[in-house]
Amino acid sequence: MSGQTSVLYDVPGPRQRRITWISSIAVGIALLLAAYFLIYRPLDQKGQLSMELWGPLIDPGNENFSQVWDRLGFGFRQTLVAAALSILSSLVLGTLLAILRIQLKSLARRRFTGLSTPLSYLLRGLSTLLSAITRVCVEVFRGLPVVLTIFFVARGLPEFGVSFDTLWYLVIGLTIYNMVVIAEILRSGMEGLPGGQAEAAAAIGLSPLQTTRMILLPQAFRVMLPALISQLVVVLKDTSLGFIIAYEDTLNIAKQIIGVLSNPIQTYVIIAVMFIVVNYSLSKLAQYVQRRLARGRKTANTPAQNPPATALIAQASAGGGTP
Amino acid sequence: MDVLIENFDVFAGGFWVTLQICLLAAIGALILGAIVAVFRISPVPPLRAVGTAYVTVFRNLPLTVVMFFSAFGLPALGSNADFLRIPLLDSLFTRLGTDLPYFRFALIALVLYTAAFVCEALRSGVNAVSAGQAEAARSLGLTFSQNLRHVVLPQAWKAATVPLGSVIIAMIKNSALAGFFGVVGDLAQSADQLTSAEGFAFIPVAIGISIGYLIMTVPLGALLDRLEKRQAVAR
Repeated sequence: MSGQTSVLYDVPGPRQRRITWISSIAVGIALLLAAYFLIYRPLDQKGQLSMELWGPLIDPGNENFSQVWDRLGFGFRQTLVAAALSILSSLVLGTLLAILRIQLKSLARRRFTGLSTPLSYLLRGLSTLLSAITRVCVEVFRGLPVVLTIFFVARGLPEFGVSFDTLWYLVIGLTIYNMVVIAEILRSGMEGLPGGQAEAAAAIGLSPLQTTRMILLPQAFRVMLPALISQLVVVLKDTSLGFIIAYEDTLNIAKQIIGVLSNPIQTYVIIAVMFIVVNYSLSKLAQYVQRRLARGRKTANTPAQNPPATALIAQASAGGGTP
Repeated sequence: MDVLIENFDVFAGGFWVTLQICLLAAIGALILGAIVAVFRISPVPPLRAVGTAYVTVFRNLPLTVVMFFSAFGLPALGSNADFLRIPLLDSLFTRLGTDLPYFRFALIALVLYTAAFVCEALRSGVNAVSAGQAEAARSLGLTFSQNLRHVVLPQAWKAATVPLGSVIIAMIKNSALAGFFGVVGDLAQSADQLTSAEGFAFIPVAIGISIGYLIMTVPLGALLDRLEKRQAVAR
């Protein structure tokens, strides 16, 4: 974030700048002391900084180094495979679900004129019912913890005689949750578009499905791209839940390494750094995309729309909000 | 469905434990998140850097890693999170005082993780207040604290409610992870125990557990939707 982050301060004058300098130095020293006494010293006293514990992870000369990183690399690949599969399937299924929900909603509003009265009532009832069912499914799967979804998939599918590799349980569990979230992101994106878009599409004779597919969906994707990318970060983070069903991802490998070398703090620090680097770059990408989009929007001179709930945090922190 | 009725006390007990951990974690995360948010909007650069680092680290880590740190790192440092045994609190929430520290470990992890998101929600609220408002207040001669109290914070609070709510909902769902980390008796762990160890039929147990979580998450979500709609109109 740049210097002027807040609405609370003026641009500092000379006196304010001096005060800032002095307090910065004071606070900086206090923070360094705190870091030494609260983090470095306890770690050192417990011998957690010894090369014996760190060596296998950071010293290429160590006898265990190559083996440890072989395993970690394998785990990280496994994580990426699970993440890629889940992302792909939840994007595809989420898009389909969003289209389905939009179609059912508009169907439920239709009067079905031109048909005989009982038939039109039947059709209206049916489409309302279907719309309600999809709504309930979305709410249920959105309200359940992902851990439980994965756990239920891994425990439940074998009961029906369907058994896969643990990878697929993880992917299915993650997909169920994330496709619902992505569907909601896209749906709110489509509903946030100006009404004239759909009306214009109808006026040139496109069917409702064509309107969604050719007019609404592409724009929703564009508007919602930052939210979608943040959701991808979430998927990547959530693959770490594979440990509850013994999927051999990064964390499970880490657990095995710790079992042999008994260095939990060191190994998890390395894992943490790996996750932070990958996810941080992805969120930077999301921010970059958002800035690009914001620029495009300004030139196109379209009115800003209400930020949907899913994108609210991202949008508000990007400094918008002036009505 | 008999499993649900016969083992109602297990479900109710699990619900209660989950509710306790969520309540404590929400309070802790709101306090810590507010502190980090103050760091992030403070005029002192080192404090801002600390706040930013905190948010970057915890937003990009999976909660699982944070839990592992808490559950395996703290014992390696010789701590079992005794500082959470606050005299009055641990008589109210008995699990805080027990000798099996996993409840406290899970609590620490949840608070640390959620605080980063709480901070972002609060900060987004402050940033959503238009600069002109604060400038007008300053030009009227309001001091910094008056400005904050009468002009900025009321509006920031309004803009932050909905994101804060979604953060809390996410936290309730995240708390399920605690059950897989050895917090005995919460809802997620009951599911594991009833189906794996005691061999009850899977589907009724799954339904029971799901209802337990949905009771906590769906009404909150509906409430937030309504709030959001109202705010959208008010804007």
